[in-house]
Amino acid sequence: MASRRVSSLLSRSLISSSSLFSLRGKDPLMKRGARRYSNLASASLEDTITPPVKVEHTQLLINGKFVDSASGKTFPTLDPRTGEVIAQVAEGDVEDVNRAVVAARKAFDKGPWPRMTAYERSKILFRFADLIEKHNDEIAALETWDNGKPYEQSAKIEVPMLARVFRYYAGWADKIHGMTVPGDGSHHVQTLHEPIGVAGQIIPWNFPLLMLSWKLGPALACGNTVVLKTAEQTPLSALLVGRLLHEAGLPEGVVNIVSGFGPTAGAAIASHMDIDKVAFTGSTDVGKIILELASKSNLKAVTLELGGKSPFIVCEDADVDQAVEMAHFALFFNQGQCCCAGSRTFVHERVYDEFVEKAKARAINRAVGDPFKSGIEQGPQVDSEQFEKILKYIRHGVDSGATLQAGGDRHGSKGYYIQPTVFSDVKDDMLIAKDEIFGPVQTILKFKNLDEVIARANNSRYGLAAGVFTQNLDTANRLMRALRVGSVWINCFDVFDATIPFGGYKMSGIGREKGIYSLNNYLQVKAVVTSIKNPAWL
Amino acid sequence: MAARRVSSLLSRSLSASSPFLSRSQGRNLSNGSRIVRRFGTSSAAEEVISPSVQVSYTKLLIDGNFVDAASGKTFPTLDPRTGEVIAHVAEGDAEDINRAVKAARKAFDEGPWPKMTAYERSRIMLRFADLVEKHSEELAALESWDNGKTYEQALTAEIPMLARLFRYYAGWADKIHGLTVPADGNYHVQTLHEPIGVAGQIIPWNFPLLMFAWKVGPALACGNTIVLKTAEQTPLTAFYVGKLFLEAGLPPGVLNIVSGFGATAGASLASHMDVDKLAFTGSTDTGKVILGLAANSNLKPVTLELGGKSPFIVFEDADIDKAVELAHFALFFNQGQCCCAGSRTYVHEKVYDEFVEKAKARALKRVVGDPFKKGIEQGPQIDLKQFEKVMKYIRSGVQSNATLECGGGQVGDKGYFIQPTVFSNVKDDMLIAQDEIFGPVQSILKFSDVDEVIRRANETRYGLAAGVFTKSLDTANRVSRALKAGTVWVNCFDVFDAAIPFGGYKMSGNGREKGIYSLNNYLQVKAVVTPLNNPAWI
Repeated sequence: MASRRVSSLLSRSLISSSSLFSLRGKDPLMKRGARRYSNLASASLEDTITPPVKVEHTQLLINGKFVDSASGKTFPTLDPRTGEVIAQVAEGDVEDVNRAVVAARKAFDKGPWPRMTAYERSKILFRFADLIEKHNDEIAALETWDNGKPYEQSAKIEVPMLARVFRYYAGWADKIHGMTVPGDGSHHVQTLHEPIGVAGQIIPWNFPLLMLSWKLGPALACGNTVVLKTAEQTPLSALLVGRLLHEAGLPEGVVNIVSGFGPTAGAAIASHMDIDKVAFTGSTDVGKIILELASKSNLKAVTLELGGKSPFIVCEDADVDQAVEMAHFALFFNQGQCCCAGSRTFVHERVYDEFVEKAKARAINRAVGDPFKSGIEQGPQVDSEQFEKILKYIRHGVDSGATLQAGGDRHGSKGYYIQPTVFSDVKDDMLIAKDEIFGPVQTILKFKNLDEVIARANNSRYGLAAGVFTQNLDTANRLMRALRVGSVWINCFDVFDATIPFGGYKMSGIGREKGIYSLNNYLQVKAVVTSIKNPAWL
Repeated sequence: MAARRVSSLLSRSLSASSPFLSRSQGRNLSNGSRIVRRFGTSSAAEEVISPSVQVSYTKLLIDGNFVDAASGKTFPTLDPRTGEVIAHVAEGDAEDINRAVKAARKAFDEGPWPKMTAYERSRIMLRFADLVEKHSEELAALESWDNGKTYEQALTAEIPMLARLFRYYAGWADKIHGLTVPADGNYHVQTLHEPIGVAGQIIPWNFPLLMFAWKVGPALACGNTIVLKTAEQTPLTAFYVGKLFLEAGLPPGVLNIVSGFGATAGASLASHMDVDKLAFTGSTDTGKVILGLAANSNLKPVTLELGGKSPFIVFEDADIDKAVELAHFALFFNQGQCCCAGSRTYVHEKVYDEFVEKAKARALKRVVGDPFKKGIEQGPQIDLKQFEKVMKYIRSGVQSNATLECGGGQVGDKGYFIQPTVFSNVKDDMLIAQDEIFGPVQSILKFSDVDEVIRRANETRYGLAAGVFTKSLDTANRVSRALKAGTVWVNCFDVFDAAIPFGGYKMSGNGREKGIYSLNNYLQVKAVVTPLNNPAWI
């Protein structure tokens, strides 16, 4: 029965696409794909699994207390598996951001945070990391429920990584050194690396807790206070860890968390005159607005981590099986909802046919279903807006003459599941090769030589990341320099250790997060010069 | 005769201001006549001295050639001593910026600049520094002629500093290191510090060549190519040193220089889609426009070095004579045309009267006149617009009931010379204590204790620099940390060694120039990750 439903949905979506109809006959895989999904689709079509967690916190976290929004308004956060309401959450707006900024301002200007020793700050962050581990399963369940990502991914990768990132930054707190500087004359020169003040941070919905850690970790380690706005799709997990932060001993007002929407709460943060710094992760279009609001208000320093259309380059000497698996992972991981997704898979012509065949087979094997079920690789997209957008891009791909190798439609009949979709014969000028789709749609392109693939890989407004698959050291060394991107993964992908800086060239953003580089985002440099009398040395 | 003329101008400028006349006419007029006599002995009203240099370069420097503007248009650059035309200079506009970007793009994308060894780049910069020294008298004369600053300052301070800065950055070229990075698993991680690409740089008129050095030095050392727009008031010296750079072996297209106006050439540079980075020094209002243009175009990262209203704090235990002299220097240096001018002189109440008396005496002794004459301390303001703006602020000071201790009018009857002006009894809410005057107008304010002066010093949208005068180590240490300013000079001021970072907190800007910190502005960080098979260590 499930099989019939999926297959009928598949045909329905294809009816609009006459170009695909001609392909349909010679592509029996379409049917095989449908059957495959029907086997694994079970979970999504059965009763949804009840998450083993209760939603305890739905109010704003301001000055150490959970409070209603000033307006009293709330908004629903939805379960992507069903579209049903998980909880009603306080909707922050300008007035709430103002209250949060007053609290953060006080905690910075008068309050204990920048006046504590760095060691005391680090101990609070270490205790917080311990509490994360203690509440690992609860946090993971909440993250999956709100976001739709597989529970195993949350519980085994992301929440442990959350603790790991905070321990990394806790270790930085007492290792932030200024410099003493050689003068050209009789002056003693030093630099102080000072906290900036109140940081506004706006995080996305694809990795709610990891994005929280990339933002909060360096800000707190450097002695700043924070007003954090979560994405309206995923407000829940941040409120839970906000409580844990305070349990760990964080003083009130140091971290304030406002749930709400971009044009209201987000814009209020970006244009606030008493916020000294704003960090944003999200789309390039919204990033431009954030930077403009900063320029029109108080010129607060801005870090942007934006969109991407990252090339994944498979050279002819690559281990094809490994490349297929990693290219699959690079694109489909987290339902394709990664800013650094390897969303342009460039494959050398000599291995192209083999690669496409294997990539298709791998996609067809991908297990899609209720993210709480064990063994599931792919859950639903985060919401109906993203779901519709992705389906629109799939139609674009078909209309523009790319070959649909697998997938192409929704999966199941409720929630926002999409079939793992693979296009081959993609050309650079097709929309699916240019725009960030942010969904489970792999686009495979063919190339002939290195010069060509470098030119084509760089021919994008984005420059976030790249994958390179080759056994040849010369090829690897050449490509790593030539690609205009912030991360190059060679024979690997999505390696996100806490120490590795991440950020974009070109319109993928400004600044780096993680690693030693991230500290710059939350420090001001002050040069202090005094005259020296009778110096022993200069 | 000169005395009479100045005195009549003084009364004219003051007649608009009845509160001043009614309050302190008698006292100040006697001061006034003393000033006038003092000024009368200087050369402002005598024959202007002919600069010992010829204007050889008035065209745009694009792709290694001096060329006319695409439109064929020119604009006059004026002698601030007389308001007369020095030369007609090619007026760059959008089309010229496009040509320059194309040349810079080619020199970057196809080479040779970033493909040279760092050592080769450093040698070209070192040769350039040698040529600067060889031509220091011509350069100093041209700088003085176009800007109005004293020839001695240009010759003995600024041109040597120009050479010093390029030697500093030449030394950096082969010392730009990436990092190898500890990983959490079997990965080899490294970071590459790469040139960004084509840098757009917009420099001001107050220190044309030093601002050129602060911008061009780090950009070239890091392997970038450049499109530089000079200020329309002072286009001449940059062309001259551009020629010296070609002589030193800089390849064509690496440094392109476009003279022109902000609203046309500047705006097209800031909004250009093929410019990867923008650095701007100028007013805060223009800085906001620049950042908005970057946000609305391609999100190029922006370094801003903007306005200031820097406090100069004299504590009761300070060496008063030294503090008076340095406060005088902090404000009047370069005709008061410094973004970091110590333009709010806070003096402790116990030493206030003595300080005011001595500050006034020092200002009265300031030697104003033709900047080419030996012994002159102060030349004319840059142009009529600045001259009138400064005079407007002097009237505002008088109207708001600050006490005009000396100065207040024009010197001579031609050019843009202004009397060294000192206001006492200035209150924080007066316009002269809030706005950047950018002229020879010292505002002296009284304070009672450290808490108060810290609060008042920080109560401004600016945060560029500060001076602190005290013998107490506790006071120096406390105030150094509490002031929200990018530079704190303790018992000194305007120490501008190449190694000392300079830049603003708050609305005084983003980023740091000079020192090791300046390199970040012209580097992208790329993380490169490869898996390790059987590693000896991790």
